[in-house]
Formats: sequence, C-alpha cells, structure tokens
Amino acid sequence: MIDVIDLTKVYGKLVVLDHITETIHEGERVVILGPSGSGKSTFLRCLNCMEDPTSGSIIFDGEDLTDMKVDINLHRQKMGMVFQQFNLFNNKTVLENITLAPLHIGLKKIKGREQRAAFKAEVEANAHRLLQRIGLDDWADKYPSTLSGGQKQRVAIVRALAMNPKVILFDEPTSALDPEMVGEVLDLIKQLAHEGMTMVIVTHEMGFAREVASRVLFMDGGHIVEQGTPEEVFDHPKHPRLQEFLSKVL
Amino acid sequence: MGDFRIKVDTFYEYFVTYEGYRDVLEGLKNTLIIAVLGLIIGTVIGTAIAAVRVMPKYKRLPRMLNGFCNGYVALFRGTPMVVQLLVFYYVLLPLMGFNLRSVPVAIIVFGLNSGAYISEIMRGGIQSVDPGQMEAGRAVGLSFGTTMMKIVIPQAIKNILPTMGNEFIALIKETSVVSFVGAMDLCVAFKDIATNSYEFIVPYIAMAIVYIVLVALISLGVKWMERSLRKSDRRN
Repeated sequence: MIDVIDLTKVYGKLVVLDHITETIHEGERVVILGPSGSGKSTFLRCLNCMEDPTSGSIIFDGEDLTDMKVDINLHRQKMGMVFQQFNLFNNKTVLENITLAPLHIGLKKIKGREQRAAFKAEVEANAHRLLQRIGLDDWADKYPSTLSGGQKQRVAIVRALAMNPKVILFDEPTSALDPEMVGEVLDLIKQLAHEGMTMVIVTHEMGFAREVASRVLFMDGGHIVEQGTPEEVFDHPKHPRLQEFLSKVL
Repeated sequence: MGDFRIKVDTFYEYFVTYEGYRDVLEGLKNTLIIAVLGLIIGTVIGTAIAAVRVMPKYKRLPRMLNGFCNGYVALFRGTPMVVQLLVFYYVLLPLMGFNLRSVPVAIIVFGLNSGAYISEIMRGGIQSVDPGQMEAGRAVGLSFGTTMMKIVIPQAIKNILPTMGNEFIALIKETSVVSFVGAMDLCVAFKDIATNSYEFIVPYIAMAIVYIVLVALISLGVKWMERSLRKSDRRN
C-alpha cells in the first residue's frame, strides 16, 4: 500500500533517515520501535510528507508523494494521522473538529442547496456515530480545552477515521498522556486493529506493541536494523542494538 | 476663574451660535471613517502579507510574493504617514489619472500604511499559534490556505486583538495629519474654532476630551470583543 524507496532525510549535516526501503502492506499493523533520535518519528512523518524527504520516493496509490506535481492534500485525505500532542483544532467544537475536513472537502464537489444540506446532515450524523462509539457524544458541542488528554486523543483518532482513511499513522499517541489515560486510547487503537485498519504506529508502549503489531520494525541511527513478528523481535532479538534496547525498556 | 468662564462662553458662542459644531461633527465623521475603513483595508492587506510571509517557500511564486511584501512593508514603515499622504495626494494618484478628494485618498493611505504594521502584528499572532494546528489541518488533507483561514488565523486574531486595538487607537489619533491635504477632521474643526475666536484653551481642551472619549470607547469595545472570543477557552 505504501512503498518507501530509498528514503533519505537530512537536516543540515545530520542524517536522520539513511536510504530506507520498506513496504507497508494493506491490513498490516506495523509498530516502529527505537531509541529517541533513531528517526522513527521522522520516518512516520515522511510517509504523508509532513516532513519532505531529502531524496527517495513514497509510493501511495500508485503515485509518488514526493513529486511536487502530485496533489498531496488529496492523498493525505486517505492517510489519517494522530499526533503525540493531539492537535485538536482549538477554535472548533469537538463535533466541528470531526466534520471540518469532510465537509470542506465534500461540499466543494456538491451543487444545489438541498444536496448540500443532505450531505452536511450525513457527515454530522456520521460524526455523532463516531463520538458515540468513544462515549463522548455528550461533548459534541464542547471545546477541546474542556476535555482530558485521553478524551482529546480519542477525538483526534475519530477525526482521522471520519475521512475513511486507508491507513492511519500514529505518532507516539500515548506519550503525552497521564498514565491512567493511556489505556482508553490504546483500547480504541486495538479495536481499530481488530477491524482490519492498516496502521503504522510509533510507540514506547512495549506491551501494546507486542499485542497489536503484525510486524515490528526496530530503528536505530536512521536504519531499520531489525524487523519481524512481535515474537521474533521481543523474544528472539538478533541484533545487539535491539537486545540492548529491549534489556533497558522491558 | 471669571476669566475662564468668559473663555467657555466664547467657545460656546462659536461652537453653537456660529455653528462650529457642524465642522466638529463633520470632522468626527471623517476621523472615524478614515480610521475605521483604514483599519479594515489594513487588516485585509496585513493578513494577506502575513500569510505570504509564513507560507512555505518551495516554489517560485511564494518566494516572489514574499520579496514584494518585504519591499512593501519596508516602504510603508520606513516613511512617515504625512509623507505618504502628500505623495499619494499630490503626486502619485494625479499621475495615475485619479483625481480623488482628500478623504478617499486619506482612507487609501491609512489602509496601505496600517496594512504594513498589521502584517507584522498578524505574523506574530500567526506564529504564536501552535504549529501542531497547521500540521493537523494539513494531515486531514486541507490545503495550506484553508487551514490558515479556518484554523490558524481565527486563533491568531484572538491573540492579537489587544494589539489591534492599539493600532486602531493609533489610527484615530493619527487622522490629525489629514489636514495636510485639506481634509476636515476633528483636529482641524477645533483648530478652526480656536483661530476664529482667538481663544485657544477651551477648544483645545475640548478636542483632547473628544479624543480621550473616543479612545476609551474603543478600549471598551476591544475588551468586550476579547471576552466574546474567549468562548473556546476553558473558563466558560
């Protein structure tokens, strides 16, 4: 689904990603582990070109996203992203956070007042369904500043879902949360995993990684140094760097 | 105080009997029109310039626009408003074949001038908004412009409202330079009463009071707007 070919990212003289070639297949749940500074977040953010790769290609839906002529916005609609800091739109209510992009993008294609009203009602009904799913429909008209961290992140996840993405990228979704709120967010991600959503997750939650991943990538120094099923990576690590990493975090 | 009493009476005579109040009302109207329309034009120009300046500069067009905007801001911040007013009224607009009256010219110049200042205010405001907001907008597939208009600028405006209030107050007070191109404003109206009656103290005090009241009203308005914009904050 996403083909990463010879991806390199350089900041000044610092090589963050060093000629990475990797493929994310449909239905996969790829978890990326690694020490801080290993390039795992940068790798994730290059997948939807939130960071522009220095060289290399990202092939999604048969198009090279690094090509400046490609309409990146169109492709990002199919690639949800969930941030460490949630990044809910502060000036929009919870419901508007979810409906903003679908409405803005959908209404451009629809003419006629009745059709537009019908489309708007449909998008809003869908947003309410998503909010009910995470038990926050009562909060639909509240602003994000009134939500707890865990609630914000769950809204951020359904905001991504509202676009019906083919893949969701999670950038350390629980790192900014109080410990007691981590569970509710991970549970929601696990539900999506069970429903077959393709996802790429950067996380430090080892138990969660082992449970949810279909494949684990271990990154260090801008390379993917080892990868495999959770059992292979966690129970039989081969690379010394991975062994050292696991001995510290497990 | 008997002396002062006479001065007040003289002012009253010129203000009411000789209908000086007509000029004052006309001047007040012009002052407000120039400042308000100037602020509106300035906000539009300033927002556009600020948006260009924070735009990603991979492509050539944004880079060229950015160069143009830098020149614009340097020009309008680097010269006094009076000079701009004189150049536009006596040189530039006539050369371009426009013969506008002094008030419309003042509106244009005030708009262009405050646009340069407001662009800097807006840029600061835009940069004070968490970059994550822009990222989140782009990540759901909205364009840079849409995210800017719907997410970033509304939050930036909340941050810069007090500074914009200052800009408006500065514009109100700076309208006193439009007499250079022969427009009637508050300052000219009171000055006329003073010179006609040979009594300066009372008209000038009255003028100062009118300005103070105007500015106080604006401050109140800004406070009220700030409160209503705080909706999305926690204390509601």
